[in-house]
Amino acid sequence: MNIRKLLTKIWFALGFGIWSVTVAAQDMPGGPKVNQLNFPAPATKIMEEIHWLHWFMMIICLLIFIGVFSVMFYSIYKHRKSKGAQPASFHESTSVEIIWTVIPLLIVIGMALPATKTVVAMKDTTNADITIKTTGYQWKWGYDYIKGEGEGISFLSTLSTSREAINNLAPKSPTYLMEVDHEMVVPVNKKIRMITTANDVIHAWAVPAFGVKQDAIPGFVRDTWFRAEKIGTFRGQCSELCGAQHAFMPIVVRVVSDEDYTKWVAEKKKEMAANADDPSKVYTLAEQMDRGAKVYATNCAACHQPNGKGAGAFPALDGSKVALGPKAGNFTILINGKGAMPKWGGVLSDGDLAAVMTYYRNAWGNKTGEVVQTQEFASVRAGK
Amino acid sequence: MSTISTTHDHAHDHAHDHPHGWRRWLFATNHKDIGTMYLIFAFVSLLAGGVMALGIRLELFQPGLQYLRPEFFNQLTTMHGLVMVFGAIMPAFVGFANWMIPLQIGASDMAFARMNNFSFWILPVAALLLFGSFLAPGGAPSGGWTLYAPLTLQMGPGMDMAIFALHLLGASSIMGSINIIVTILNMRAPGMTLMKMPMFCWTWLITAYLLIAVMPVLAGAITMVLTDRHFGTSFFSAAGGGDPVMYQHIFWFFGHPEVYIMILPAFGIISEVVPVFARKRLFGYASMVYATSSIAILSFIVWAHHMFTTGMPVTGQLFFMYATMLIAVPTGVKIFNWVATMWKGSMTFETPMLWAIGFIFVFTIGGFTGLVLAMAPIDIGLQDTYYVVAHFHYVLVAGSLFAMFAGFYYWCPKWTGRMADEFRGKIHFWGSMFFFNLTFFPMHFLGLAGMPRRYADYPTQFADFNLIASIGGLGFGLMQVYFLLYVVLPAYRGHGKKAPDSPWETANTLEWTVPSPAPFHTFEQPPKVS
Repeated sequence: MNIRKLLTKIWFALGFGIWSVTVAAQDMPGGPKVNQLNFPAPATKIMEEIHWLHWFMMIICLLIFIGVFSVMFYSIYKHRKSKGAQPASFHESTSVEIIWTVIPLLIVIGMALPATKTVVAMKDTTNADITIKTTGYQWKWGYDYIKGEGEGISFLSTLSTSREAINNLAPKSPTYLMEVDHEMVVPVNKKIRMITTANDVIHAWAVPAFGVKQDAIPGFVRDTWFRAEKIGTFRGQCSELCGAQHAFMPIVVRVVSDEDYTKWVAEKKKEMAANADDPSKVYTLAEQMDRGAKVYATNCAACHQPNGKGAGAFPALDGSKVALGPKAGNFTILINGKGAMPKWGGVLSDGDLAAVMTYYRNAWGNKTGEVVQTQEFASVRAGK
Repeated sequence: MSTISTTHDHAHDHAHDHPHGWRRWLFATNHKDIGTMYLIFAFVSLLAGGVMALGIRLELFQPGLQYLRPEFFNQLTTMHGLVMVFGAIMPAFVGFANWMIPLQIGASDMAFARMNNFSFWILPVAALLLFGSFLAPGGAPSGGWTLYAPLTLQMGPGMDMAIFALHLLGASSIMGSINIIVTILNMRAPGMTLMKMPMFCWTWLITAYLLIAVMPVLAGAITMVLTDRHFGTSFFSAAGGGDPVMYQHIFWFFGHPEVYIMILPAFGIISEVVPVFARKRLFGYASMVYATSSIAILSFIVWAHHMFTTGMPVTGQLFFMYATMLIAVPTGVKIFNWVATMWKGSMTFETPMLWAIGFIFVFTIGGFTGLVLAMAPIDIGLQDTYYVVAHFHYVLVAGSLFAMFAGFYYWCPKWTGRMADEFRGKIHFWGSMFFFNLTFFPMHFLGLAGMPRRYADYPTQFADFNLIASIGGLGFGLMQVYFLLYVVLPAYRGHGKKAPDSPWETANTLEWTVPSPAPFHTFEQPPKVS
């Protein structure tokens, strides 16, 4: 990097640093408000109850706090040696001890009762209108509509904030870090059952405005539910540490009217049909490079970096002996993963895998000139 | 044969006869020397862990990635937690125990002097392994201090180093605990029944039992991670029939009692300090003992409140919610007892008392947020957000650490022979109090607004509170450097007012009957307690 480039970088960083503190102070639609002090505005009944419970607890705790500490500070003020206070000699009183054990016990029971009702309601996932399975991947969410209107829809949802914005080389939008390429869409006032699972490590699917947070556990399924009562976009973030890019796999749910939902389902199905790969089609290098670049940017660049140079523990692909080595080794690592490299088989389609392999074997300084075809991945995965 | 004639002289000279130079420390069997080494080790860890925290706060000073890559950021959050819990707070309390328990019960030393030496010298070895993991390929573990599987199965060899370090630290803790239990049960001065013991010894006795009960559980959990990583087992991997959530159950079965391991001795110190400066007996000694025991017992049946979002069955959530809320009762009893002790006392506010009152005030805030988090529905909103970070720093920094500062200022005359500088102590107290709250209070708001913890970057809407927290963190760190340079070192170098044997008016525990600083050997003849 020459000096001019470095200076430009520093200039940008400074500029956007100041800008982000002063100008960017703008509420996020469906996300946190600037300097928000409390839970987000509820979009479900459950979240309303959580709000209520929280205020209820806050008020009781505050009253006890004021009570206990006015006694303590009164004592600190009055019973000090400098004011000539003589120490009393009382100690041990069984009746006092019993009183201050029983009263807190009653208060605690009083707190637990209303919470019980909400716990039971939160756990009731029966009679759902639509069931959606979400799968946590390092580092993105996959959605499969498995029951109800829209059944069969399936897509991945990846952070759409640019790396430049994260690295302070481009301005940060109000939805910075909480925006995705494909939002999960649900109809308003319908009970949505969310089934969570994960592909690699534990993630957590959370939308604060719905009062929903459910760990997504590899190899297991868990469920939760919500019934959004407002049309709009609602945002959340992965809430269980899942590795380096933990901060970069948000959740965005768009709640729409019934008609809009039906329209969305139709569009999405058409799009999926158009995107389905014909495994026997033979692509040219240019086609594969084009598609591969996109797949690389959304799935690989976070670790291996957009320039293919890698970072820290993540190896470089540019000039790598492995990446440029025999195809067989590449198939294995891409499909089955290795160490921190996730399994991509079953996550990305064979077409995407072929394209991205073509891309990294022909991008930057890599020039194999070979095109990898969808068919090759299909046969490897079929065990041929 | 000459020994016979010198026996008398030898006994006379015994109090000053000890090895010098490095042998004194490496082969130390004296509880005071070992206590001092524990405290030095803990303070070094505190500073190291603090530097990591400042690295975290530096990256979070503004939105966007500026200084650290996210994978290194995760290493810092993980190591900050491990170092502070296992390197700073726990060894510091063992240091207090080594120094004060024999002095308070009138014993000449700890029961197993050589095991005491061993349990200390394991620590630097463990610390080398732990810090050395930064140099391993892939760096230090970055899966959070809770080391949740299966994320820990992805880490490099740094993870194995951390696992071995934790094994060693656990072994050290168990040895320390056995030593403390045996010392307290067998070596009390004649006449000192259990119910006459100072509260600090009581809380440590209970803590030591907790440690023996749960450290092996941690060792089991991380050993299973180790064999999953290298020997083809699949305890925590669903692909081989294991269950990732099982790791969390085992970890928190250790982890929740661990929380009380870090706070019960703090309760003990506060229960020593408050009566002395209120010039009045502790209001309910027996009820304090019972409250401490109830907290310890309850701590074994609340662990899954750390796991409300894993998707437990409804009855599980309810049970753990109720059990957790129950802990508020004995904890409340303790707070009420301290306040009742102050009531109609004749209080003065030397530095130890300031820290004790500060402790009660801020710890109670942490207790209340704990009660809020115990409510499963609210917890589901707050799990893994900055609200939790705020909560446990209110109980571990404002709780454990502040109590240890109270203990330092209280026992400094006995340890160093000098009174800690009152004015500087007050600067340290008010500065720490201010910056502590500046750092952690805004985190409640961040958590409620939904900012997840362990995030290297955050939406711009969270910028202002993060900026405030970062400034507060720097200030809090600097206050501790000030404490080291302007309070601790001068006292140890013999600056400041010479301390009388019993510098505090009404302190009547046994440690104040020996000279200040405490000579190398004390209570060679057990004192008689009436």
